[in-house]
Amino acid sequence: MNQPYYEQKDLDDFPNITEFAPELGEKFFDYYNTATSAGKLSEREKSLIALAVATVRHCPYCIDAFTNKCLSLGIDNDEMMEAVHVGAAMVAGDTLAHATQMRKIIKKKEM
Amino acid sequence: MTESAKLDNKDTFAEQLRQCGSYPLKAIAVNTLQMNITRKCNLACKHCHVQAGPHRTEMMSLETVSQCVKVAQHPSITTIDITGGSPEMHPDIDWLVSQMAQSGKRVLVRSNLVILLEPEYSHLIDKFAKNKIEIVGSLPDYRAQRSDRQRGNGIYDKIMEAMRLLNKAGYGRPDSGLLLDLMHNPAGAYLPGSQSALEAEYKRVLSQEHNVFFNTLFCLANCPIGRYLEYLKNSGNLDDYMQTLRKAFNPQTAQKVMCRTTVSVGWDGKLYDCDFNQVENLSVNSGSPDHIFTFNYNLLARRNIEIRDHCFACTAGSGSSCCGSLTV
Ligand code: SF4
Ligand code: SF4
Repeated sequence: MNQPYYEQKDLDDFPNITEFAPELGEKFFDYYNTATSAGKLSEREKSLIALAVATVRHCPYCIDAFTNKCLSLGIDNDEMMEAVHVGAAMVAGDTLAHATQMRKIIKKKEM
Repeated sequence: MTESAKLDNKDTFAEQLRQCGSYPLKAIAVNTLQMNITRKCNLACKHCHVQAGPHRTEMMSLETVSQCVKVAQHPSITTIDITGGSPEMHPDIDWLVSQMAQSGKRVLVRSNLVILLEPEYSHLIDKFAKNKIEIVGSLPDYRAQRSDRQRGNGIYDKIMEAMRLLNKAGYGRPDSGLLLDLMHNPAGAYLPGSQSALEAEYKRVLSQEHNVFFNTLFCLANCPIGRYLEYLKNSGNLDDYMQTLRKAFNPQTAQKVMCRTTVSVGWDGKLYDCDFNQVENLSVNSGSPDHIFTFNYNLLARRNIEIRDHCFACTAGSGSSCCGSLTV
């Protein structure tokens, strides 16, 4: 039987992650809800940040949830794609930045 | 019958109401008389729950229109909500709005706005303004591409043009007393976001990029019936959409659904709890007379509402109605 590890319906189970550690779970949800709701940044800005992070982190649940949220907030497809490019550029940038370590070692080791 | 019949009993709208102590759902008054005067429309939008279009012929007869005017005089009825199809295409629209305006009640006309550019109907802008009719224009999205996917190519630009004419006549201008509201509904299988956040975006884009103005944005969740239901089925989104509506059930909205204070009249004079039930052919029940010629305020004001699973569209998130979200 070929059952995937990730199933779309598991997203519905997210509220139940309080199970086995309810106090910590509730603290997490308080934090999560506050951090993702409008504050100094608007709900739109925060949803685009969340979408970029979800994509970078390869989380299918969060990509599903935040793509829907961005659509609901009337965010354009090209705005969403731009946000994903910010994530992609950051990943490329931090990969390349780590080449500094490599370059330093090469320079130290080579005659 | 919708796909919802396949679901477990516990997932039905009735059961959700039971769990939050709102079952049976009962009317508390009739404050709004909604009249669906025609199924004819110059457009044929993809999401249209009444499946209106240029080839529809249903029109409310003058006799029925006059009866609605009589019924509307009841002191508890404070809002007259005229819709369609495109209500402008009804031959007696001029007479109807003047009659209703004389009652001094809030009278609103739901318009696709594009129709007001057609020579045959453009005189209605002045007519509506003179009678202080509130116009609720349908603009599914503040961006052309998404809006046009639902309404047809080039329609967005025409709506902007119509809004410019309405603004010129005073609509949507501060202190003119002429209200131009817009109706948002998602162009796809997802729910509307926060009404205030969307209103701010609509206002920013429409004023900065098109120099047009409006008063209030109403968000409406698409109801899984009619043409929209067909779209959900054909695109493989039906189960997911119903599940999204169910998950978003908000008990706080159950007491505020519009049917509790509304009666909706069909083009043939039949009475319904709302426009959605009208499409589903569910006329008012529970011993209340179900025709405008047998309108009985006392029975209708405490009738049991005919609920089905499409009602989940009214109770998702902040709730949804013909006048926008039910909670802030
Ligand atoms: S949604 Fe409105 S404008 Fe579009 S076809 Fe239906 S009645 Fe006409
Ligand atoms: S669909 Fe109609 S009957 Fe059902 S809750 Fe909404 S307004 Fe009431």
